[in-house]
Amino acid sequence: MSNTRQANTSSRWRAPLLFLALAVLFVLEGTVRNAMFSGSWNTALGILNMGLISAITALGVNMQWGYAGLFNVGVVGFLALGGLAPVLVATAPVDGAWQAGGPRILLGLALGIGTLALAAQAWKRMARGRLRGLVLLAILIAGFIAYRAIFDPAVIAIEANNPARHGNIGGLGLPVLLSWAVGGVFAAAAAWAVGKVALGLRSDYLAIATLGIGEIIVAVLKNEDWLARGVKNVTSIPRPVAYEIDLQQNPAFQSFANRLSMSAAEASGIWVKISYLSLFLVVLLVVILLAELALKSPWGRMMRAIRDNETAAEAMGKDVTARHLQVFVLGSAVIGIAGAMMITQDGLMAPVGYNPLRYTFLIWVMVIVGGSGNNWGAVLGAVLIWFLWIKAEVWGPALMGLLVLPLPDGGLKAHLLDSSAQMRFIAMGLVLLLVLRFAPRGLVPER
Amino acid sequence: MDIANALVVFLNFVFIPAAAYGAQLALGALGVTLIYGILRFSNFAHGDTMAFGTAVTILVTWGLQALGVSLGPLPTALLALPVGIAATAALALVTDRAVYRFYRVQRAAPIILVMASVGVMFLMNGLTRLLIGVDEQRFADGARFVINVRDFKAMTGLQEGLALKSTQALTVVVAVIVVWALFWFLNRTRSGKAMRAYSDNEDLALLSGIDPDKVVRMTWIIAAGLATIAGVLYGLDKAFKPFNYFQILLPIFAAAIVGGLGSPLGAIAGGFVVAFSEVAITYPWLKVVGYLFPDWQPGGLLQLLGTEYKFAVSFVILIVVLLFKPTGLFRGRSV
Repeated sequence: MSNTRQANTSSRWRAPLLFLALAVLFVLEGTVRNAMFSGSWNTALGILNMGLISAITALGVNMQWGYAGLFNVGVVGFLALGGLAPVLVATAPVDGAWQAGGPRILLGLALGIGTLALAAQAWKRMARGRLRGLVLLAILIAGFIAYRAIFDPAVIAIEANNPARHGNIGGLGLPVLLSWAVGGVFAAAAAWAVGKVALGLRSDYLAIATLGIGEIIVAVLKNEDWLARGVKNVTSIPRPVAYEIDLQQNPAFQSFANRLSMSAAEASGIWVKISYLSLFLVVLLVVILLAELALKSPWGRMMRAIRDNETAAEAMGKDVTARHLQVFVLGSAVIGIAGAMMITQDGLMAPVGYNPLRYTFLIWVMVIVGGSGNNWGAVLGAVLIWFLWIKAEVWGPALMGLLVLPLPDGGLKAHLLDSSAQMRFIAMGLVLLLVLRFAPRGLVPER
Repeated sequence: MDIANALVVFLNFVFIPAAAYGAQLALGALGVTLIYGILRFSNFAHGDTMAFGTAVTILVTWGLQALGVSLGPLPTALLALPVGIAATAALALVTDRAVYRFYRVQRAAPIILVMASVGVMFLMNGLTRLLIGVDEQRFADGARFVINVRDFKAMTGLQEGLALKSTQALTVVVAVIVVWALFWFLNRTRSGKAMRAYSDNEDLALLSGIDPDKVVRMTWIIAAGLATIAGVLYGLDKAFKPFNYFQILLPIFAAAIVGGLGSPLGAIAGGFVVAFSEVAITYPWLKVVGYLFPDWQPGGLLQLLGTEYKFAVSFVILIVVLLFKPTGLFRGRSV
């Protein structure tokens, strides 16, 4: 991190004004129907909901980057791992799956982790020498063979259990809101493992290691059918809010919609989205409250001291690596919670959708644009960038159509019009580079 | 025991593919390691630089094919390669001028440069998609095989066949030539020595009158050339798809770190270590074992890990190196 972050005086009205401008954008999206806006509250609230989930993700990334200067390039993996929680916690249990291989799967996983722990202990306890290497190798090989011997048949048994409809281990049937916390725990566990290895080395190494773990988590979700059906997707994840169809058939709701002079279909969509919105807002505010309290506590000052000058902080007796690990795990837990929320809102676990460009690098653009080190900035950046990202789908082709208007009809014009969808990546890359260069403190700078 | 057949199966399914893949990774990792040595950051845009260079090469190849130009048994892409390299080098120099130079002059922390390279990655990714789209493109032409399965069987009378694709042979030959030229440049020429001196000790190099801008320019040109060559060879051998070039970033980083970031020799060794481990661990050994020990009937395919998890192999190698030897096999730098 640069050690030139001095608080310069920025207007205290800056953040409220920017949030107000953002609100105006959403109101326009909800009310005005023209070439730029859809004029539908359903669309506007849909964008806002996903924007709030992005905001929580951005808060997690901001804890890692803004408080500690840790560059996490595997956000997509932690989001995906969080998304696994609703599937494993909240979906209905699958008949026969647990009997087919549940205990054996757990035993296999425990054996795998136990092998690694045993190997680590052997490495730590034994004296240097050839014997240590041989023992380590023997433990790992024996552990791997035992793990495969127990794990593989269990997986086959579970996947053979009604494969057309299930073929997975199934959930516990617990409330879906509980799974949000579980998602955080999953992501935190993975972050601990990665951080334990990669922290304390060069700063680049954490970036590369998280890039790897992100890809691996997504690969596991795509290929381990017993876990969440892989690419066959898990649908019908229970909702914490009402279903549109139930609302539409409810006479009381119909008359309520009539009084608002809306169709029941439209009103039910808005009702559901507002229900989600309130849930997401609660989580967002709790996370911000905790984060702000932490940042203003002695712990937060220590974190920033470490970020601004690691050597000095270390000389003052702070354990830099341990604090980094702590904040990395905390930030990843927040990302995991956001991942679980996202899957809950979608009601669908589709691992093919986890694209790093969309779920890692877009989140980074949000944090940098918003103002790294500032929680409100991260929220503002997330909702704003998400809004622009969605709208660019409409605005991009329109803009491109305007730009190629003078060109003669032909291959080039058609090609440019077709590829205007790709312009979003160029635009996001440009935004990231420009903000990093000309306004490195973002829209709402750190105080 | 049927050693000859076992050996042929091993060569055909493990050794030859891994050697070609290793050469491609080595070329990619050389680019990453050079940029790391001179500019001191991990360039996340390297995969997309490869993709951009390959995309330009493919477009020129199509143009040449339309004009009826061909290289006979060799792929036409080789003729188009210099254009691809020139375009990529120009792009790399422009990005350096527009993006990286500012942070270099400021002496910003490496992680800021890494982040800027992520922005460049976005840009290049979009540019490549704009140029050629997101679909898979095949552009290999010329002879398909140096040795094909049927000829090999007829020649040797063995049960198992061996195929050597011309792209695989080409990959290894080109890689050897490129690596030789690079080492000749680094060890024998004045500019190459200046680059090594700058990489070893920046301040001392500046004191002895080395022009830093020239060194940086040269690094980008060489890295762009290496990236384009690696990308085109990879595309010829498999197929060109922009997203695959993003995914290959992890094995390339793993290769560069295994060898020791900043060490060219290490990058080559690392490329082959990663490639051979990846292929050997995801290959089902049943057939080889079947020839060696005909009486043994193992239950499974003797595959240590499914091919879907080949990236996990690079990751595990990376973790092991970080745990036990963070400076890499060839003692690169680690701060």
